[in-house]
Amino acid sequence: MIQRFLPRCLARLDPRLFQIAAVSGLLVYGMAFLGFDVSPGRALLVLVTTLGTQYACTRIFRLPAFEPKSAAISGLSLCLLVRTDDARLAALAAVLAVASKFLLRWNGKHVFNPTNFAIVALLVLANGVWVSPGQWGSAAFFAFLMACVGALVVAHAARSDVTFAFLGAWLALVFGRSLWLGEPLAIPLHRLESGALLLFAFFMISDPKTTPDSRAGRILFGAFVASGAWYVQFRLFRTNGLLWSLAACSLFVPVIDVVLPGPLYSWKGASHATPPEFPRLFPLPVRSVAPRPAVLRLLRREGGRETL
Amino acid sequence: MANDFQGDPKEFAIVVPVPTFLSREQIHVGERALLDHLDSYSSPRLVEYFDPDPCRRMEVEASADMAVARQAGHAQSLGVTVEARYTVGEYDILILSARESNGLETWLRQNGYRIPEGATDVLASYIKQNMRFFVAKVNLTEQARLGFTYLRPLQVAYESPKFMLPVRLGTVNAKGPQELFLYTLTRKGRVETTNYRTVKLPSDVEVPVYVKSEFPSFYRALFAEQAKRERMHSVFLEYAWDMNWCDPCAAAPLSRDELKRLGVFWLDEPSAGQAQNVFLTRLHVRYDRAHFPEDLVFQETADRTNFQGRYVLRHAFTGELTCSAAQYREEVRQRHEREARTLAELTGWDTAQIRKKMNLDAETVDSRKWWEKLWGKP
Repeated sequence: MIQRFLPRCLARLDPRLFQIAAVSGLLVYGMAFLGFDVSPGRALLVLVTTLGTQYACTRIFRLPAFEPKSAAISGLSLCLLVRTDDARLAALAAVLAVASKFLLRWNGKHVFNPTNFAIVALLVLANGVWVSPGQWGSAAFFAFLMACVGALVVAHAARSDVTFAFLGAWLALVFGRSLWLGEPLAIPLHRLESGALLLFAFFMISDPKTTPDSRAGRILFGAFVASGAWYVQFRLFRTNGLLWSLAACSLFVPVIDVVLPGPLYSWKGASHATPPEFPRLFPLPVRSVAPRPAVLRLLRREGGRETL
Repeated sequence: MANDFQGDPKEFAIVVPVPTFLSREQIHVGERALLDHLDSYSSPRLVEYFDPDPCRRMEVEASADMAVARQAGHAQSLGVTVEARYTVGEYDILILSARESNGLETWLRQNGYRIPEGATDVLASYIKQNMRFFVAKVNLTEQARLGFTYLRPLQVAYESPKFMLPVRLGTVNAKGPQELFLYTLTRKGRVETTNYRTVKLPSDVEVPVYVKSEFPSFYRALFAEQAKRERMHSVFLEYAWDMNWCDPCAAAPLSRDELKRLGVFWLDEPSAGQAQNVFLTRLHVRYDRAHFPEDLVFQETADRTNFQGRYVLRHAFTGELTCSAAQYREEVRQRHEREARTLAELTGWDTAQIRKKMNLDAETVDSRKWWEKLWGKP
């Protein structure tokens, strides 16, 4: 809907290009001004590894064309989030992120957001990885918010419902708890003024390739993720509730899709069952596949034919 | 917990929200010397280098260390339903819990605790989170009997997933910002705050040599300036080090025994092996209610990168020069200019004042333009 008001050429561009621009901007800003614990060399290593893995998987799974955009977003997100002293673990995160898209699939979609999967898997399996939710501070919050909202508007307004559902539920939970405890308003506001929260809401949970297909399903999913994250943060007192909760809730997306079916998402310009004409600077908008029952889709598994 | 309380000990009381009930065995009075050692070991320090004779490229190097900084921390009084009452060392300790903040507040007032205005809401939120209140005041008889003239630090031991430090009570009636030094000894790696940004204090920079004589005020000004620059929204990392070694050490590393007395419980575990496997993090925060509305929440990261606040003094060669060494003199002059700028930037001190103290104007070369040299200034 919002996209109707955008210049035509912008609306036709692949939304991932805007995401790449926004996430790169955040990364450069974080490295230059916020002292992120990631060196240019490390960032390069992660990016090259994600793209390399994407290329290798393209060949192994015989995809029609090498599609670097999603892998680049995963790589940049990993640079923003994953912290480790060990370069091998950083590279492993990159491999896990991209490989998960190819290996952990259900019904033509990947189960986990690639970045989310890589982080959670390494937090569970390796000892040397951490995520610093405090690294953003709150000083640059509003600039950050603008970048996120801007990226959302030009990118995938079609799937922004999950972002809004999540943020709505999270706001209600955080404010509700503070209200119950009688805490001053400054406390929930400080909790919401978090770059980590924005990054999660606008760039991770909104991944159209992992969210439920129907709007009702996505709203439900957003609320589930918020509740899970709240439980991890305020009941278990663990860090990174958002990441843990998203990974856990992603496992239930296939169930939500069966109960509340909807049309499968396709990136604009990347067709579904047919090989995309690549490269295309201004690809024609391809509408999503028409809604069809989940049962039918289960029978028509597309395997590796879609663009990841 | 060590407090820099100054005044009559009978006026002293602290109230700390704790996540669990504490039995007598979980409370211990520590030694001040241990904390002092920890402090001097992890303090920002000066490192001195002496320029070699530029005419004879022989290298002489030396280093010296200085330690500053004091722990600080404040708390104020409150209290309620007495779950337990202990006398530990010179302290009378109460473990309180309450159903309602009003009851708690009344109880505290009746028992002679001065409760600041506005504390009720803060107490209420801790009560609803099922936190207990650890209240300590000085038992004057015991203090006289034990013969301590200062207050020894208190140690409490408990197991809880809540890795946080309640600071909200302390900000209720504080006059101006408070200082807090937090030392953590962990197994895995560096500790950082998850709800505030943790930033490294500027380190490894060259500062003018005269800083040596006023290092404590340099460090205070440096911290104040950096806190101001971060708009008082950040926690500062001052030291992060694997306790197995240090180079250079500001003080001798803590012994196995000292670490144990500070609460490192895993040293004797079979998996610990020979290595100490202890990582020390020192965080420094200046906080008030407006900038730190929430309690500090921490996480232990896997980061074992060493970091220390380290400031380099480079002494110019002062011996007799047997050559013109023009290039060296110019290098030294430029270096001094650079150091003056760095110092002004780090501490917010007035550049003119710094230059005066460094006696820089005397060594400044003729900066007039060539036409001014030829014809003079009109």
